[in-house]
Amino acid sequence: MRKAMRVAAAGATLALTTLGLVACSSSGGGAGGGSSSGGGGTGPITYVQGKDTSGVVNKLAAIWNQAHPKEKVTVKQQSDQADQQHDDLAQHLQQKLSDYDVFSTDVVWTAEFAAKGWLQPLTGAYKLDTSPFLPSVVKTGQYHGVQYAAPSSTDSQILFYRKDLLGSTPVPTTWDEMMKDCSIAKKANIPCYTGQFAKYEGLTVNFNEAITSAGGTVVDDKGNPTLDTPEAKAGLTRLTTAFADGNIPKAALTYQEAQGLSAFETGKMLFLTNWPYAVSAIKTDGTSVVKNKFGIAGYPGKSAVGGHNLAISAYSNHKATALKFIEFMESDQAQKMNIQVASLAPVRSSSYTDASLTQQFPYLTTLKASLDNAVARPISPYYPAITTAIENNTYKALTAAANGQNPDVSGTLSSIAAAIKAAGTTG
Amino acid sequence: MTSSVVQAPAPLPPSRAGRESAEANRRRITRVALYLLAPTIVAMAIVVAYPIVISIINSFQSDFSGIDPKTGLFQQGGFVGLENYTNWLLQQCQSGGKTVSCPAGTNESQFYDSVFATFLFTVVTVALETAFGMWMALIMNRSFRGRGILRAAVLVPWAIPTAVTAKLWYFIFATNGVLNTVLGLHTLWTADLWASRWAIIIADTWKTTPFMALLILAGLQLIPEDVYEAARMDGASTAQQFVRITLPLLKPALVVAILFRTLDALRMYDLPAILTQGGGGGGDATTTLSILVVRELRSHIDSASALSTITFIIIFAVAFIFIRLLGANITGSEKKARKVAKEL
Repeated sequence: MRKAMRVAAAGATLALTTLGLVACSSSGGGAGGGSSSGGGGTGPITYVQGKDTSGVVNKLAAIWNQAHPKEKVTVKQQSDQADQQHDDLAQHLQQKLSDYDVFSTDVVWTAEFAAKGWLQPLTGAYKLDTSPFLPSVVKTGQYHGVQYAAPSSTDSQILFYRKDLLGSTPVPTTWDEMMKDCSIAKKANIPCYTGQFAKYEGLTVNFNEAITSAGGTVVDDKGNPTLDTPEAKAGLTRLTTAFADGNIPKAALTYQEAQGLSAFETGKMLFLTNWPYAVSAIKTDGTSVVKNKFGIAGYPGKSAVGGHNLAISAYSNHKATALKFIEFMESDQAQKMNIQVASLAPVRSSSYTDASLTQQFPYLTTLKASLDNAVARPISPYYPAITTAIENNTYKALTAAANGQNPDVSGTLSSIAAAIKAAGTTG
Repeated sequence: MTSSVVQAPAPLPPSRAGRESAEANRRRITRVALYLLAPTIVAMAIVVAYPIVISIINSFQSDFSGIDPKTGLFQQGGFVGLENYTNWLLQQCQSGGKTVSCPAGTNESQFYDSVFATFLFTVVTVALETAFGMWMALIMNRSFRGRGILRAAVLVPWAIPTAVTAKLWYFIFATNGVLNTVLGLHTLWTADLWASRWAIIIADTWKTTPFMALLILAGLQLIPEDVYEAARMDGASTAQQFVRITLPLLKPALVVAILFRTLDALRMYDLPAILTQGGGGGGDATTTLSILVVRELRSHIDSASALSTITFIIIFAVAFIFIRLLGANITGSEKKARKVAKEL
């Protein structure tokens, strides 16, 4: 009995130790397989992107797999939260794993991933022809003059307004005009305007839009903050004044895209700036009471560039196939499917003059108007720290303004500048 | 350890040979105990010790030491000593090659705010949960019809996963949600400074009071009924019975329950992360230390390792204070139980 117990205990210890060593070494084996330069060969690949609720990516993968039986693509979908997508990619790329070959990145992650050496530069054998694409979108895939990611889908904010309430008043094309039209909202007893002002990435988007629409910039191309200009001060003051006057409701401090859209859909907002996906949402949502009462227009000012790019992992073993897959995803056929099935705006300049598309999706012309004026958010490898700096300080100022206190605009801007400096610059 | 494994009340003085075999017996039992514990020790070493050690090693290093101006790529960092720790504790940041006090908006500047938020949540939620838990346990201790069903029903909030609870309360606390509509308020529960903190406290108390109630109930059921009978015969009122008999006899179980809850509350992450995303007030009123660690992980892993080591030390200190000063007997050792009983 004693001997049996001892043997059992020894066996369990051995099994657990072996299990532990195997678990630890298998991740190490993956790292060994993917050396820092990876392999340039062809073969099956894995494509990673955020959650796709429309089903378009599976359709595209099926088309590709039929044409390339020896280089099949496996689609892996991550969560629908941008932060979790970022962390998932970061964990795999940090371990130099070769299991992600090509992935979809938000436009603000290019500089960070490229600077950490995780992306295969699209030069030399992996050169991609970027001439058919919108120039502002191509720029979001560049870092330090080198193209690291290829355009996949683009996005920019547009203005939604209540046609029935505006009536014969012309649609505002600037911020000041929009604020003047708030008297119509007061008469109808609904809040006037909202964007996205909760403390998350959307706040950085709205901050960027406010500053650049007033003529300022957030950072220069070396990553140094440029917020001590009168234009930047005017930009942030626009937001704080609107909160103080009540033109932006206090509840907007809790609004992300979905909450602002819900307020507009239920008839409780005169103006809304949001992404074009909202167009089909307003028309089809059950709770929407404004299905035939809303119109869209270009963003009143300079909107921010959103969207996604496609990048090849530096540790992939089948980079040649990955490049061909990217070219397939950017082809006319794939881009048409993107917009028809998933409302993802195309990145080819020709799509915006294609009559068949613009007739089917009239918001494309509005989106192009916004895109032509759009300004990207700060491009820097320290982007997570920069967006934290902007979010935290801007949210404090807007909260103070909404509560009737002094938002201290200059203090906020210099805090943001100091925090951006502390995060580092690429200079 | 050996003395508690082998209890040998020897009525006769053992002979020399008897004493030697008792010694060999003790050693054999110790060896068998070690063999049987070995699998657990290995599992703990892999799952607990290895990550902690790696995290501590990482906290003394820096991810990157700057950017190569030619290629724009990050350059490898190296050993930086206690720099990560001083960044957090003294709120220093490197800016343009100089060390400055961290500006508002960086994660480091929120360190002491999150320490305050974490301790606030811990103290208030543990106090409320102990009070409500005691009340519920006293009710459940009586025998009445449906007691079994009540005990099962009470456990439901504790059984729901925290993420689901957080989303549930997120919708209840929404600006046009149930709570505001029923009470006729317009409070921004997830954005105002103290409203957001109370939102977290309410949700956490709702979720964890059943846990405390059950632990206290277990302690209550160990108190024999005849002690109360004797007290009643001596003319003690209900309040006196509670203060003089229930509380002292409940103390061992109560202290252990409070210790567990305190350690859990100090590590609170999922409830504030999902309910308010750490926001409220100026934007970080409900950011606990764990939320700050996860935020820092996004940009600097080594700095986040330093912060999580600091959190570990804080929680360890609190547990140490509990065990030493309040006499929490978590190993069930008899020596300790006798010592605590003597103090009563």
